[in-house]
Parts: sequence; C-alpha cells; structure tokens
Amino acid sequence: MSKVLMKGNEAIARAAVKAGLDCFFGYPITPQNEVPEYLSKLLPDAGKVFVQAESEVAAINMVYGAAGAGKRVMTSSSSVGIALKQEGISYIAGAELPCVIGSVMRGGPGLGSIQPSQGDYYQATRGGGNGDYHVIVLAPESVQETVDLMKEAFDIADTYRNPVMVLADGLIGQMMESVDLDKPVKKRNLEPKTWATTGMKNHEGRNITNSLFLDSNDLEQHNLKLQKKYNEVIKHETKFEMINMEKAEYVIVAYGTTARICRSSIEMLADNGIHVGMIRPISLWPYPKKAFDLIPKDVKGIMVVEMSLGQMLDDVLISNKGRHKVAFYGRAGGIVPEPEEIVEAIMTFDERVVD
Amino acid sequence: MIKYERSHGLTEKPTHYCPGCTHGILHKLVAEVLDELGVLDITVGVASVGCSVFSYEYFNCDMQQAAHGRACAVATGIKRSLPDNIVFTYQGDGDLASIGIAETIHAANRGENFTVIYANNTTYGMTGGQMAPTTLLGQKTTTSQDGRNKPSHGEPIKMAEILSQVTGAAYVERVMLTDVSNIRKAKKAIKKAFTYQMEGKGFSLVEVLSTCPVNWKMTPRNAMERVKEEMVPIFPLGVFKDVMTDD
Repeated sequence: MSKVLMKGNEAIARAAVKAGLDCFFGYPITPQNEVPEYLSKLLPDAGKVFVQAESEVAAINMVYGAAGAGKRVMTSSSSVGIALKQEGISYIAGAELPCVIGSVMRGGPGLGSIQPSQGDYYQATRGGGNGDYHVIVLAPESVQETVDLMKEAFDIADTYRNPVMVLADGLIGQMMESVDLDKPVKKRNLEPKTWATTGMKNHEGRNITNSLFLDSNDLEQHNLKLQKKYNEVIKHETKFEMINMEKAEYVIVAYGTTARICRSSIEMLADNGIHVGMIRPISLWPYPKKAFDLIPKDVKGIMVVEMSLGQMLDDVLISNKGRHKVAFYGRAGGIVPEPEEIVEAIMTFDERVVD
Repeated sequence: MIKYERSHGLTEKPTHYCPGCTHGILHKLVAEVLDELGVLDITVGVASVGCSVFSYEYFNCDMQQAAHGRACAVATGIKRSLPDNIVFTYQGDGDLASIGIAETIHAANRGENFTVIYANNTTYGMTGGQMAPTTLLGQKTTTSQDGRNKPSHGEPIKMAEILSQVTGAAYVERVMLTDVSNIRKAKKAIKKAFTYQMEGKGFSLVEVLSTCPVNWKMTPRNAMERVKEEMVPIFPLGVFKDVMTDD
C-alpha cells in the first residue's frame, strides 16, 4: 500500500504490468516516450514481449495479432501516432479483440506541438477508422487515476472484447505525483478466451479472427451484434464525477487536466461567493449523458472548459437537450489555462454562450 | 483404392479462385506441408487482402485475417505471443510488395521466426487487374493501359532479391508452379521454409510466381507459358538466401 512518486507515463507502464500485460507494441513519439522506455526493460525482464515496431501502423497490427492470440496486449502513442493507428483500431473493434491503447494528447493539427492538449477528443471518441464501431475511452485527471483506469481498462477490454483507450494529455504524462500502484480495482468475472487463435489442439474446431462479411445481411447482423454490446457498455461502464452541485449557480463540464484546474477555479469562485459545481466525465465514450439530468433546474448555465476550441462541447450540447444555456472557454495549441482564466470565463458567462 | 486424397490441411470449402489460377495449387502445397510436418493443430495462418483474402476459409487451421499489407505485423504479434506455434502469412504482391513492404522487410530484419508464402502474379487480381509494383515493363493493366513504362512507373520490384540482403532472413527462395517438376520443387521449398521455422532459424519466405489468366486475358495454358517466358527472365528462380549454406 506504500505510495511512490512517479510520472504519469511511468504510471501507465507500471499499471499495465500490474494488470498482467503480456505484450507491448509501440513506436516512439513525444510526449509518451517513457511508456515504451519503461516497458522495454520491465517486460523482457519478466519474460514478456516488447517489440518496438517499424511504425504505428505496424504496432497496432501487432496488437491485433497478439490480441487474437489471446494475450493481454497494449500499445501507446500520441495524437499523430494515434491517427496512424485508426485503421487497425477499426479492425480490432470489427474482429472483437480486446486491447488497451494509451493516448497522451499533444497539440495539433498535423505535427502540431509536443505541449499538452485535448484536441484529440473527436479522434478518441469518434475515431478515424471506418464503420459503426466504438472505442471505450477513459480520461484520468491525476496520476493515481491513470493507474486505476489503466488497470481497469484491461478488464473492460476483456469483458467486452473491444479496444479501450486511456486518454491522457501531455501534462498528466509528464507530471509527477505519488501513487499507490496496488489500489484494488473492481473485480470482474472474466471468461476464458476460448475464441483465441492458439492452434486447434487447444480448442474445438478452427478459431478465426476476422472482420470481413461480404454478404450484406451477415454484415448487418454483425453490426447489430456490436451495437448490442455497445449498449451494454453504455449501461455498465459510464463513469463520471459530480462535485459541488448543491447551491450551484453554474456548472462546469471538464475532463482530464482541465477538470483538475477547474477545481482550483471553483474554490476561487467560492471565496467570492459564487457557487459553481462540476461534471467531470471519466468515460468520454460512453459519454455520461445521464449526469446532465441531475443538474438542478435553476442553474444559470453550463460552462464547458477544454484544452481545445470546442470538441466535447458537442456532447454537452447533445446531453443538455436545450435545458440550460451553454457557454464555452477553451485554449488550444498546447496552452494550459490558468485557474484565473476560468474564473474570468464564469464571470463573463453571458458573453461566452454558444448557440 | 484411393489414389488421390484431399489434404487434411484444407477445409471442405470449394475455393473461389478463377480457372487456371495457381492459388489452388499453392494452397494445396502449403496444406500438404503443414499436414506432413504434423503441425496443423498448432498452426496459426494469416490471410491478407487480395485474392487470398478468403484463405482463412480454406486452410484447416486457426487463422487471422489481416488488414491490407499488415500480415507480417499481425504474424509478429502472434508468433511473439505463441513462440511454440507455427505461424505463416499468405500474401500477394500488391499486399506484400506495395502497401506492406515496410512490414515485410522489418519482420525479416528482426528475424521474426515465421514463414511467408508470397504469391507474385504481377497484378492486383481481386480489384480487377491494376498495375502492381511487380507488373512487368510493357504489361497492360487497367491502370497502365499502354503498358508499364519505366519513366513513369519504374521497373518491377524484386522482393526475393531485396530480402536476400536482409540479415535476419534465414531462407528466401523463388519458385514457380508451371509443371510437375516445378510444383515438386515448390513444395520442397515450402517444406524447407516451415522446417527452418520449426528449428527456430528465423524469417523464411517463398516467392511463388503465379498466374492470373483472367486479368492477364489469357488462357490458363498461355498464362503458364507467360510465367516461364516473361516472368522468369525478370524474376529468376532459385535460392536467394539460406543461412545453412551461406557463409
């Protein structure tokens, strides 16, 4: 139960090992390089697999192969690298294979910057891969929560046979905090992977991992099956935190590092007699729409704060269903907002209302 | 008296391959080798994208279907996970030599201990006969309608020769399937490739000069002649790498 001081990226690596990671496949990209660096030593020392692939494209397809072989497997990357993995993520979702993807967001578009950003909300929750599929996306706001969500991510992936992304930003990746690596996570009954391609001597008949269904009726049935699974995920895996909602005049919606900063802003506003609550989505997909039903009717409005120019804002507008005024404050390009800026944004709420 | 029996390495499913296409012969050879080596129940094959996309329905072993060009990456993931299993990819020239060339060369360079069966028919068969990196100079395809020309398209890429330069490759041979004697040679090469894998020697690849009578617009017989007369001068047969005989 002892706490140790470590960076978010090291926490991603060590939590994955604690979760029983068998194989890691990755490619260098800032600001997540410590993840493969730690794992390149930890995994081989434990008799496990680490491969530095020739590209992000190859890495995610190695993940496909190892996941299909029944292993606990992950990759990690950042923004531009995640963009390259999208095809593979669609295949993994289509073939119903479990894996974990660490994504440490940096500034974009294009080569962008290596500074922290939340500009990949769309990339994570909508994805760039083809087809009707979803990636389960979990967004921690601290190094401890990164550890906890990483460990849970593997179980969630195995439960639903679906990719799970742990979405951090460069600040969490590079920030040092004290963490407890052994904090217990929810116990789940995981079924043996009887579907894995381990050779016919290990199971009845042939096992095949595949996402090709040339017959339209077969493909529709496959999509309906996936949809049914996604509905189960929405029902059981939606995670969020609500704070300070009693007497709230305004409600902030923020995730990850931004939520962390907003906590300070909320304290500063309280000192000035303005009560502000917060919804902090932890699962970005499924999005905690039901949290918005719990907002008191008499709040003056919802303030969305992001390190982007408004991406999660779409999900807030969908979830709000026109009930409250919604305003937005965002910084982009790798700039992390100061708590005072968010205080100012609340004070000037009416000027920031979006349609 | 049974004179000829379907290999246990193949399922009962009839293949979708066109008349005169050599995929049928090649599937049979791979299946027979896996059966004869007694490894069918520990084999995991990787199907690629192209005409052989459905090979997961034909080989009687566990299979994974890979994205276009990524078979060697998928195979790396499988073999690293299951080092005691036998792993192979079955890829065409569009898949392996174009979109998947990086995955192929790096898998070879890491000395990944699996086997690649590479069918080179100088065209994209499944999509309707477009120009491939292996298309011969002068060869007319749907995207080189006046014939492949060097100034615009470069010359056909020679994967066996390229891979022979890669240190991690243990065994690379090019064969063809035009007659009984060459089919036997091809089977011998495939068996050697899998045997090297079983012995842990590293990456092995057999390039198989293949026919595509439909997209070449030839009769099966003329297609076989074309392999001998037009392909072999550009893609010579033989062993390009063998760690057991090389210095």
